[in-house]
Amino acid sequence: MKALLWRDLQLAIRAGGGFGLSLAFFLIVCTLVPFGVGADGGQLSRIAAGILWVGALLSCLLSLDRIFALDHEDGSLDLLATAPLPLEGMVAIKALAHWLTTGLPLVICSPVLGILLHLPGAAYPWLVLSLTVGTPALSMLGAFGAALTVGLRRGGLLLSLLVLPLYVPTLIFGAETVRRGLMGTEVTTPLVFLAGITFATLALVPFAAAAALRVNLR
Amino acid sequence: MSIWEYANPVKFLRASGIVLPWIVAGAALCTVVGLVWGFLTPDDYRQGATVKIVFLHVPAALMAINAWMMMLVASLVWLIRRHHVSALAAKAAAPVGAVMTLIALITGAIWGQPMWGTWWEWDPRLTSFLVLFLFYLGYIALWEAIEDPDSAADLTGLLCLVGSVFAFLSRYAVNFWNQGLHQGASLSVAPGERMSSVYRYPLYVSMLGFFLLFLALVLIRTRTEIRRRRLAALLAREHRA
Repeated sequence: MKALLWRDLQLAIRAGGGFGLSLAFFLIVCTLVPFGVGADGGQLSRIAAGILWVGALLSCLLSLDRIFALDHEDGSLDLLATAPLPLEGMVAIKALAHWLTTGLPLVICSPVLGILLHLPGAAYPWLVLSLTVGTPALSMLGAFGAALTVGLRRGGLLLSLLVLPLYVPTLIFGAETVRRGLMGTEVTTPLVFLAGITFATLALVPFAAAAALRVNLR
Repeated sequence: MSIWEYANPVKFLRASGIVLPWIVAGAALCTVVGLVWGFLTPDDYRQGATVKIVFLHVPAALMAINAWMMMLVASLVWLIRRHHVSALAAKAAAPVGAVMTLIALITGAIWGQPMWGTWWEWDPRLTSFLVLFLFYLGYIALWEAIEDPDSAADLTGLLCLVGSVFAFLSRYAVNFWNQGLHQGASLSVAPGERMSSVYRYPLYVSMLGFFLLFLALVLIRTRTEIRRRRLAALLAREHRA
């Protein structure tokens, strides 16, 4: 398991692995929004939390098809499927690797982009906390979508259509946490729901994704 | 004699062929009676004539949700017992359910404009219907994208299971996210909260009509899918010979 995680991380970080691409995409989304809605600071700071969450979600989406597609092309997915490691564990490790190379950098960079969008000071801890808690669920659900579409030639667009509706609850609770943290109202409820979604996906989605992979490798 | 006998495509075709004309006739009768009767009801004292859109809006919304439930059950039957008719029925129900969702959304918008003064509001009910529509689109697109019919049935079945969980979650998440304009349940068992029987009875007829319409459409589409599958098998055999 460790070896697989290490391999995936190295593949992602080395040249051509697309590491940093989603980070750059996140930056571009957050740069484009002020052009679209106007540079008014007050307005920006009101919508900043939502933009950061939507941006994180979109940039996470961008790299999803890489989770299984490359391994499927060169045949290493078949090897992994026949390896002694259960397929469920393999899916979980690959989603973890995706989170470490996409989700975690997004979490770390989000405060900097928050400055760009005039995010009010009180919101920063809640932004980082909610993204840390929520993004693993995005990677996990994305792994399920990637497993569904792995054998398809033009899976990329379909993947977004399948995965985005699944992201709705995570987005709602994540953005709600930041908004409530900003207003100083009670934050525990959305945060607990967000954590609940993350843990439930961590526990259950590997089984669904592994089942989809088995069908696609048949 | 058990219901599983109808998992045999031949038996299914024969039985559905017998009941289908009756269901179609019933659907036509009930929708026409329900909608015409609904149209002839007196205007509501507050909403005026716009109240009559309820006879289209509520049954469509009802069937939009029930179609997804039916797809969920059919997908489970396919994943557990591997009856092909079940998978094809789930496939057949999806576009019908999507259109029902769209009808509910559009009639809701037309109704919302004079009542709430807006075509669209990010109200929990409206939003969760939009999300449901997106789920339908993804499901249909996945069926279209995969060539091998058995893998397609497996993968869409999985998507339907996971999607159901998240559709429910979204329903409660949007409740949490925004309080809405939409009224609560239209049909309540508690007396006093119910709408007047002038509107209630045509609504029941219309709901029955939409249910039968859905049933008829799904049966027709399932029969078409079975025949298409047969045709493909025949052509493949021809090709090999």
